[in-house]
Amino acid sequence: MSDIPANLLYASSHEWISASSTPVRIGISQHAQEALGDITFVELPAPGTRFGKGETFGVVESVKAASDLYMPASGTVIATNPAIEGDPGLINRDPYGEGWLLEIEVETDSDLGDLLSPEAYRTTIAE
Amino acid sequence: MENLKQTPLLPLQSGGRTVPFAGWEMPVSFDGILEEHRRVRQSAGLFDVSHMGEFSVRGPEAEKYLNHLLPNQVGGLPVGNALYSPMCLPSGGTIDDLIVYRTGELEFLVVVNAGNRAKDFAWMSEQTAGYDLALQDVSDNWALLALQGPAAPHWLQNTTGWQGKVPQARFSLTPARFGNEQGWISRTGYTGEDGFELFVPIAQAVEFASRLLEARPDPNSPGWIGLGARDSLRLEAGYPLYGHELSEDISPLEAGLGWTVPRNKNTDYIGRQALEAQRQAGIPRKVKYFVLSDRRIARPGCGIFADGRSVGQVLSGSMSPILEKPIGSLIVDSGVDFSSLEVDIRGTKLPISIQKPPLHKSS
Repeated sequence: MSDIPANLLYASSHEWISASSTPVRIGISQHAQEALGDITFVELPAPGTRFGKGETFGVVESVKAASDLYMPASGTVIATNPAIEGDPGLINRDPYGEGWLLEIEVETDSDLGDLLSPEAYRTTIAE
Repeated sequence: MENLKQTPLLPLQSGGRTVPFAGWEMPVSFDGILEEHRRVRQSAGLFDVSHMGEFSVRGPEAEKYLNHLLPNQVGGLPVGNALYSPMCLPSGGTIDDLIVYRTGELEFLVVVNAGNRAKDFAWMSEQTAGYDLALQDVSDNWALLALQGPAAPHWLQNTTGWQGKVPQARFSLTPARFGNEQGWISRTGYTGEDGFELFVPIAQAVEFASRLLEARPDPNSPGWIGLGARDSLRLEAGYPLYGHELSEDISPLEAGLGWTVPRNKNTDYIGRQALEAQRQAGIPRKVKYFVLSDRRIARPGCGIFADGRSVGQVLSGSMSPILEKPIGSLIVDSGVDFSSLEVDIRGTKLPISIQKPPLHKSS
């Protein structure tokens, strides 16, 4: 059974967002890192870049495939995880902690409304 | 997964994440592709390759037939030896790459890629006309295991209760007893390491593989290696994978397999005219292997550029955990300056370093 923390919201494209904490962080789920396998590279945007909800903000790459990363909510990038570049395997080892990807400033809380609850996300990945 | 075939050894590989591959449900990875790859280079690993096809060719004219079917020199291959060869169309394009094992004076076993089994058998059947021999698809009679890595000889000898002669020379083959049945062990493999391929009669497969697993050098590791590391190991070693570096559109000469197409063969074979013409006129394209200094992996289909001009494309891409750099293969027009190639990865052009394989031994 995949680890799905209760304090996060999820996109059907397997990103998580810590909407209720400050700063708001974005990463990929345990299920996503398992499906990708050994992560070898992550391409992330420069701080200050603005993205709309659903836009591609980067690429996560494993031995098997390269996958686009999608913004779970509109916002501006405040910071990217500096530890990821030298050690992308952090995402495999700790996808909800040390393996976070972005810190963002969310534009409108209404963007969060249609994200998946932990229960709903669990159902999605079980299908 | 519906309608996918399973090898008899899949139940022993329960820790693996499986994917569909050439019509089979096969494990892609057990404890991580990079970890499994390293284990084979440093110690040893066990591969279930029972999905591959095995054809038996027997009869007074089996040797003559195979020597005409294949560019490499099967004629005169001593009993107990194996030979790698492409199988070509009259156009010189590659139908498959395979290994021929001479199991007797008048008996050969041919091992082909799983994805090409039906196509190969149809082609090979057509070519039997006029030859005194029997060609049979015996794939379902055999489980095939590959035990690969520097610790493979030790691992095999240590296998509980199994006593047998182990082939010593590379590309040699010895008969072996598995339970009360006869099989074969060859000193072959596709990882670039020392090791064995074990042809185990299907009824003995689970018992023998269980014993092998128990004898593994590191009991904390799964022992098994999945398709992911199988691909990265062969790519690092510079071995072609059918559908990538070899195809009906890529000749063995273009693929850099000139050594499998001997110039001095004294009999005709299918594809000879086209291959010799290619050699004479100059081989139009070349498959090369490369290393990147970035962390991005160049995937199949990525464009290759020389001075901004499109000159080819990537055929395979992976990550070498030995070099800790992305590696791959490409096909480019001959005559380009190999020292100044670039690959386009998602809009970014990165310099490519063409290297002579094995890539993990390059500087």
